[in-house]
Amino acid sequence: MHYHPMTDQNRDDMLKKIGVSAFGDLLKGIPSKLRDVKMNIPEALSEWELQSRFKEIGARNATLRDHLAFLGGGSYEHFIPAAVAEITGRQEFYTAYTPYQAEASQGTLQAIFEFQSMIAELTGLDVANASHYDGATSLAEAALLALRQTDRHKILVARSVHPHYRQVLKTYLAATPFSVEEFGFDPGGVFNPDDFKKRLSDDVAGAIFQTPNFLGAVEELEGVSDQLHQMGALLILAINPIALGVLKTPGEWGADIAVGEGQPLGIPPQCGGPYVGLFATTRALMRRIPGRLAGITQDADGKRAYCLTLQAREQHIRRERAASNICTNQALCALTACAYMTLMGKEGMREVAELNLDRAYYLREKIAELEGFHVALDVPIFNEFMVQSERPWDQLEPHLAKAKIFPGIPLSAYYPELKNTLLVCATETKTRSELDRFVEVLSQC
Amino acid sequence: MLISKDDRLSFEKSKPGRRGARLPKQRLLESNALDLVPPSLKRKQPLLFPELTEPEVVRHFVNLSKKNFSIDTHFYPLGSCSMKYNPKINEWVAKLEQFAWTHPMQKDETLQGTLEILYELEQCLKEVTGMDRFTLQPAAGAHGELTGMMMVHAYHASRGEQKRRKVLVPDSSHGTNPATAALVGYEVVEIKSNPRGRVDLEDLKRHCHDETACLMLTNPNTLGLFEEQILEITKLIHGCGALLYYDGANMNALLGICRPGDMGFDIVHLNLHKTFSTPHGGGGPGAGPVGVKAKLIPFLPSMHIEKKGNHYEVVRDGQKSIGRVSAFLGNVGILIRAYVYIRTLGLSGLKQVSEDAIMNANYLKEKLKRIFPVAVDEPCMHEFVLTLQKLKTKGIHSGDVGKRLLDYGFHAPTVHFPLVVDEALMIEPTETESHETLDQFADAFRKIAQEIEEDPDLILKAPHTLPIRRPDEVRAARNPILTYRDLAGKDSPETASVR
Amino acid sequence: MKFPKELRYTKTHEWVRRNGNTMTVGITDYAQKEISDVVFAELPKLGKEGRQGKPIAVVESVKAAFDIYAPVSGKVTKINAELESNPALVNQDPYGQGWFLELEASAASEWESLMSADEYEQSLKQEKH
Repeated sequence: MHYHPMTDQNRDDMLKKIGVSAFGDLLKGIPSKLRDVKMNIPEALSEWELQSRFKEIGARNATLRDHLAFLGGGSYEHFIPAAVAEITGRQEFYTAYTPYQAEASQGTLQAIFEFQSMIAELTGLDVANASHYDGATSLAEAALLALRQTDRHKILVARSVHPHYRQVLKTYLAATPFSVEEFGFDPGGVFNPDDFKKRLSDDVAGAIFQTPNFLGAVEELEGVSDQLHQMGALLILAINPIALGVLKTPGEWGADIAVGEGQPLGIPPQCGGPYVGLFATTRALMRRIPGRLAGITQDADGKRAYCLTLQAREQHIRRERAASNICTNQALCALTACAYMTLMGKEGMREVAELNLDRAYYLREKIAELEGFHVALDVPIFNEFMVQSERPWDQLEPHLAKAKIFPGIPLSAYYPELKNTLLVCATETKTRSELDRFVEVLSQC
Repeated sequence: MLISKDDRLSFEKSKPGRRGARLPKQRLLESNALDLVPPSLKRKQPLLFPELTEPEVVRHFVNLSKKNFSIDTHFYPLGSCSMKYNPKINEWVAKLEQFAWTHPMQKDETLQGTLEILYELEQCLKEVTGMDRFTLQPAAGAHGELTGMMMVHAYHASRGEQKRRKVLVPDSSHGTNPATAALVGYEVVEIKSNPRGRVDLEDLKRHCHDETACLMLTNPNTLGLFEEQILEITKLIHGCGALLYYDGANMNALLGICRPGDMGFDIVHLNLHKTFSTPHGGGGPGAGPVGVKAKLIPFLPSMHIEKKGNHYEVVRDGQKSIGRVSAFLGNVGILIRAYVYIRTLGLSGLKQVSEDAIMNANYLKEKLKRIFPVAVDEPCMHEFVLTLQKLKTKGIHSGDVGKRLLDYGFHAPTVHFPLVVDEALMIEPTETESHETLDQFADAFRKIAQEIEEDPDLILKAPHTLPIRRPDEVRAARNPILTYRDLAGKDSPETASVR
Repeated sequence: MKFPKELRYTKTHEWVRRNGNTMTVGITDYAQKEISDVVFAELPKLGKEGRQGKPIAVVESVKAAFDIYAPVSGKVTKINAELESNPALVNQDPYGQGWFLELEASAASEWESLMSADEYEQSLKQEKH
């Protein structure tokens, strides 16, 4: 085996040193009836065989590269500068362990610190952690924080929040005394303020909104944080980090916690993971943040040093009283996002957000002109919007498939009332000719 | 100077007007898109982001990378972390466009390649562990544990046994075990270890009753010792109607040697970033698939992959499922890497992993126990624990020895864990390290033991050769500086915007 | 180490100063030394009902967290907000500025169950052996 350096000679020498005559002598404590293991696993392949085989298997996938795709819904196709992969591919980052030994991990720690700084900056909040598994688990952890902070039992969540995120939230709370209640949205996709207000009570720990929400609409949240704070509850906002280049920040909305999926920040969609969960909050809640935090201090010589901090919140110290059981962050994905944001810089982050608006509004206008399709033109969007077809999408699909187009995500599986409605996404990756081609194929369906 | 002394943040290197990426100039709308956004929805706060050119950004990060220890540059004998070599073919496959540029909401028929890999990976994991079905959704070991404990809860609830509120964990367990149980609302009960470092069966018996929900066990345990009475433990736990949970952190000891499923475990989580060679990435991403016995299948998280003829299909699971635990299918990129590893090693290669890991650990233990005593001096599995208790009189702790090892070019072992051993150093060499590396490591230990006699200050103030000396963690925790804004003293976004 | 005579003590290393029914609580000189540098004290909300022997606050060092147990039962009437910005007070002045909280005792008799300074010192000696 080309990863295993032990030679037969080594083995003999080592057994002698250990003082046993055979390897089996080391396993005497294992009950013999457990030792008869039969595993049905194929024999090894050479690396050349592996390369060919996996290329072959890969060819059974259709990709965002060989199709014209308008898929969003929590995972987005964005331009990624080539330098991002070169930076994250540095094996000193790639194959390092969690930075518990600060002296041997200054690289990872400083990168995490910069990541935290940029997420705090994007969200307009005071503190961000080193990241969670994904947007959905960040959201669930935010709900748990709110419940703990307020000593209350109920979480309100907008039905326009990503359905998978809401499912994860319910999974996380199922075994606890806490409950989740949903409030609805208006036909255009924005939350219904009356329904929200009606459900707001003094048992509510926090309310969760997403903006832009799963239906593509950018929410108007004026006054929401005041309503919640007067009730002693927290405002939790799920965001898209790219949108925050131009859209009002959670900090500006008065949110207590911002969460989101960091995948748009330079991470390929890779069929759903690994991604990176963003989590930011106010100074007041800093000590309740679940997960890892990097900070700045000084070393024994008074030199600047980076280290993990506020560790007494974490599982390896508090055990059953920890704020969360999380022990990893998605460090490499956070590094990827950090490299992406650094390359984009101040201007790039604003420009990419503008380009998303430009492409999505353009496509929406074009589709609005088509017969047989309806879009709501008065709803503010970022890079996604709903398209309702007069005919079932199933009927249109063969045409689209033939043209190698992934047109969007059917919404009726999540919202039965949204029949024949597709969530369509257009990011900065789409050119005029591609958007026009999509519209053309739609018109011919 | 090989390692840069520059410790400035990217923010501090920034010059207004520079940029590191260029985007298309073309706009499709006649008006500025930004004007379409109602003013009340726009960001007012300027974005305080660094402004650097691409070469500056690349140099910044490459210099940072050089301030890290990593598997590709150093030996990492971290106990319970299985810091083995991360094969490059895994990366090559996972980064193929055919896998990396697929969207999780694509239809099944457009994802047959990925689904095939996930399906086949599940079959392999079942074989390796002796379990009946796996979910691949959990994103990390701790996430797998959480998934597992949620299933424990759902299982007992489905039988009307809500009174089972207690989860047993040995006092030598990983910190995540009690943290996870508590997150699901369980009361955690610690089970004592016996003098041989195994679960004290008498103590366990006392805690097996009709309020017991589960025992969470790592086998081999965190002392690197096989729980020899595992079959008796299983009998006790099942006898009282509770479930047995396997923490797979130490699975690297058991490939082809024995299987948690055969031992009687009901739920198993695996850390693919440990046993199955996917990179740690400086603290993630990993993947924590969870396997169960048949009776727990209905409770698995929603979605698993079925093979129908030559077609693979994502099937949503039934009513009893605990639901979704992450947004999509799981950390697919990591799952692909683990599957490539299994296909690279094949059956005999996998067996070799654990045999060599156990041999390396026992060999290193024999060499090191002449310098510092082993907590329990018996043949070990893939790791072992030293106790540095005798150094306490000199004011030296195991953590200090770990720091001094950094100066010798070795990553520190896991220190001060497990909690049942005073001044513990937990050492796991893994199978991908050579005899020569282990000898060099033992030599470093010997030299450090000598230094302790001659110049203890050298140890107490170590490391001396790294980019920084010991950081003042008290200062960091008392006055947390967690962002550039904190550092620059720009306490409110409004004031920070003026540059 | 100092153990002021006018205070009462618990086995879990809290001290109590009595003023009528008002009990001021902190941790002992011995405890602060064992914990080493205190980096954070998590104090209860005002009005919380403490129960004798049950956790009422948490004190953190860099590498550990310790429960502070209510020495007597009663409602929390004051907390030492200074600790938030300056947790080092627990180390510098454990019986003075490093106090944690005040309880309005619900059963004054519980005071009698606490140890005197001599008894506490005695118990520390035993603990060490």
